[in-house]
Amino acid sequence: MTDFLKSSAPTDMNAKKEAVMNAVRNEIALTNAQQLMNSANERCYKACVTKPGTSLSSGEQTCLSRCLDRYMEAFNIVRRTYMTRLSKERMEDQANMI
Amino acid sequence: MDGVKFDEATQKELSAFLEKQQAEARLHSSIHNFTGICWDKCVTGTPSTRFSRSEESCLSNCVERFLDTSLFLVRRIEEQRQQLDNGNTKFT
Repeated sequence: MTDFLKSSAPTDMNAKKEAVMNAVRNEIALTNAQQLMNSANERCYKACVTKPGTSLSSGEQTCLSRCLDRYMEAFNIVRRTYMTRLSKERMEDQANMI
Repeated sequence: MDGVKFDEATQKELSAFLEKQQAEARLHSSIHNFTGICWDKCVTGTPSTRFSRSEESCLSNCVERFLDTSLFLVRRIEEQRQQLDNGNTKFT
């Protein structure tokens, strides 16, 4: 009990800090990947599997691979556009404040 | 390691870190949201090996106009609220 309240050695503390940070980073990366996969899955299914058969045909598989590539490309285009816009607006805000 | 306590400086560092990560996560969520909306609008045919010029520009226009729309609607509602306010003061 008294051990618990004693302040810890700095190395222990730093190790725990790193552990917490890594856990948070992993969690966020996982959520991010899940979001991307869920929404790509939905869209690519819609675009490529128009008449579901007993298995995915090779044509459907080709379409799905391309679709996933395009979806990630779209994500990057959107990100680039959004980030450019955000930094532009931030600069305008700063200019207005002066 | 479970009993390890953070000192004040480390607590501050961690909370700054968390705030930054949360902001980044929100940003990513928005980008996911926009990607979905703009994909539905701009990519209508069967996906090919590359985007056409028009699909590419549609995607970036889509983001810009979506943001414009959001700003426009906020301004519009603000205008309406002000008109309502002015109307009320006239009759009191």
